[in-house]
Amino acid sequence: MRVLAATMLSLILSVVAARGAPQQSPPAPSSPPAAPDVAAGKLIFEGHCALCHGIDGGGGRGPSLRRPKLAHAADDEALKSVIENGIQPDMPPAWYLSPEEIANVAAYARSFGNVPPEVLPGDPARGKAVYVRSGCSACHILAGEGSGYGPELTDVGARRGSSRLRETLQNASKTIPEDFLFVEAITSSGQTIRGIRLNEDTFSIQLKDQQGRFHSFRKSDLRTLKKLRSETPMPAYGSVLSASELDDLINFLASQRGKP
Amino acid sequence: MRRVHQWNATFSLALFLFFCSAAFAQVPFERIANADKEPGNWLTYSRNLQGHRFSSLTEINTQNVSGLKVKWAFQSPYSRLEVSPIVIDGILYVTGPNSAAALDGRSGRPLWIWKRPIPSDYHSIGFGHSNRGAAVLDDKLFVATLDGYLVALDLKSGAERWSAKVLDYKTGYSMTMAPLAIDGKVVVGVSGGEAGIRGFIDAYDAKTGAQAWRFWTIPGPGEPGHETWSGDAWKTGGGATWVTGAYDPELKLVYWGVGNPGPDWNGDMRPGDNLYTCSFVALDAGTGKLRWYFQFSPHDTHDWDATHVPMLFDAQIGGAKRKLIGVANRNAFYYVLDRTTGEFIAGKPYAKQTWAKGLDAKGRPIPAANNEPSKEGNLIWPNLNGATVWFSPSYDPQTRFVYVATREIGARYFKRDTAYKVGTFFPGGGEDELPPDDAWGAIKALKAETGELRWEFKLHSPPWAGVLSTAGGLVFSGSDEGNFYALDARTGKPLWDFQTGGAIGANPVSFTIDGHQCIAIAADRVLYVFGL
Repeated sequence: MRVLAATMLSLILSVVAARGAPQQSPPAPSSPPAAPDVAAGKLIFEGHCALCHGIDGGGGRGPSLRRPKLAHAADDEALKSVIENGIQPDMPPAWYLSPEEIANVAAYARSFGNVPPEVLPGDPARGKAVYVRSGCSACHILAGEGSGYGPELTDVGARRGSSRLRETLQNASKTIPEDFLFVEAITSSGQTIRGIRLNEDTFSIQLKDQQGRFHSFRKSDLRTLKKLRSETPMPAYGSVLSASELDDLINFLASQRGKP
Repeated sequence: MRRVHQWNATFSLALFLFFCSAAFAQVPFERIANADKEPGNWLTYSRNLQGHRFSSLTEINTQNVSGLKVKWAFQSPYSRLEVSPIVIDGILYVTGPNSAAALDGRSGRPLWIWKRPIPSDYHSIGFGHSNRGAAVLDDKLFVATLDGYLVALDLKSGAERWSAKVLDYKTGYSMTMAPLAIDGKVVVGVSGGEAGIRGFIDAYDAKTGAQAWRFWTIPGPGEPGHETWSGDAWKTGGGATWVTGAYDPELKLVYWGVGNPGPDWNGDMRPGDNLYTCSFVALDAGTGKLRWYFQFSPHDTHDWDATHVPMLFDAQIGGAKRKLIGVANRNAFYYVLDRTTGEFIAGKPYAKQTWAKGLDAKGRPIPAANNEPSKEGNLIWPNLNGATVWFSPSYDPQTRFVYVATREIGARYFKRDTAYKVGTFFPGGGEDELPPDDAWGAIKALKAETGELRWEFKLHSPPWAGVLSTAGGLVFSGSDEGNFYALDARTGKPLWDFQTGGAIGANPVSFTIDGHQCIAIAADRVLYVFGL
């Protein structure tokens, strides 16, 4: 049988998906609503959610869940709704889970908020100095400061775990997100534009160059369009910064959590 | 807001009746069977009973399509419309989940709206809340509902004339497809292939709603084909029938695609070929009895339903004219069969596939190594949505090409243990799709009687939209990024495109309003109508 959209299916479906009570079989009127089964939720989480949120909820491709407040889920009902319906285009919906299974996985996801904050080496104040000294704001915006060529960093500590931040700083080409693409477009007049892809369809592509300028091209008007799939304009700081500078910078970035 | 709609509906209706004396004409079966005689209308899901989705209109053609513009748009309350409108004498009939509307073809304003509540305990298992269109016969419009009713509406008013209960949604069945009206009967199929249903195809008397016949897609004990199942697996074996079929009025055969076996990805629980899953069946229109079957993917473990619109055409094969049926299957092979007997004529891959070495002389796949889901995951092409899915192909009698919206994407398939529980998801595994930039799509033109590739037009991503071809030398389709576009039917060269702003997961149609050709497509929640 078909499903509605490709994004809905990018997850591993496990045996657990078939276990829960169907929506059309509510509990008998005399029995109180069952408390969520966190252990069952853990199994679902590891099969379906950990791919992006990390096996420990610390984030990866998706944001870290190890915080008391989740950006898109102010309360449990909102969290269940996010799990069932997804967040387009970033998070696929789990339409195939029963309400009981959604409650179970929501309870488990929520439990990450009780995990004590990660203790990181380094010093955030020194990290800020490293950030400034290294010229990060030439490409990134942090709390309204800087240039918006690369990804916005105001809430990067909420979106990325410290291990992911470390990997990216050491060699960003190893952790290029799925939706990030660096491209080179050569126009019919011979002008070369290198930039980050903002959007693309069959007939057009939209880019942002290092100066923050937007470019929109009809593909048929371009002489060539190269997708530089393993490239990123971000330097590999693993060989530029000392180990302690890297610790400081990671500590600083991990503390950038956007709105409280 | 609703009051305004109602007022406008009344006003538009009066206006329309004033201008158009042909409005609300009856649609006897002869009009549908001879659809090619009235190219300005679109009287059945695929425009003709042969499943062609081809329009013989030529006003919009390769010379002027670059001037195509939006005439009007209709905003539906439902997101991701999958509807293929019916068009009768200037009025469009569209559907959404448990709903239908008649739209004035000049303005898009609703003339009537019908809705039936979706029960609060209804739960779609394996698909979204969608509806792909209606059927028409005589003075009625036929709509299948998610909660399992076939409803006959009065074409003039939208009032319910009868309603037949087809299935019990609480056990995992549903309906999303456009019914097929044949001579005196309305044929419907069911969804639920991920919920352990036992599939069937039903026919109902168009006048009364009485059931005419039922064909179970999984044979019961004592019936031929039952031996391809073991134990009780047949009871939960799937075989849904969720895409509209085709009909040959001369042979009086109904052709219908049957879906995947259940559980989808764990074949250990259902040893055998699992007939008639992943097959085409040819049924006697009068009795529903099986005339022949052809199974594309025996013992499928990839969710590769054969639920496609069959295309019926005639061609010279080995010097003799043959009545044929063609299909680009979800399993990435294109097949040509004899539609009188089901005999395999030709077959070849039309998209990347890694699961079969080829087809044998009878069209049965020769399995490749590592073609099964596994505990660790096995990378296989195509992914579970297949090289094409439910959206329609098109057969162009001028070029004799079949146009197929093709998905080029692989996935890592997993197998899991699973237990059947009534009315719940019954998967037995799943898949992990490749990242978006590793996948692509295409419109492919195949020579109808062989499947030989004639051209392809590449798309940014795997599509979810069907294809329309026209006698104006054009092929229309849509992309998941919202592009609606026209290609040259002979070369695949892009000639026009329009950004609709919403993902397109629907089939295009063509018709005339006041004598001028229009093209319609749904994009997310908006139905657009284009003209010169």
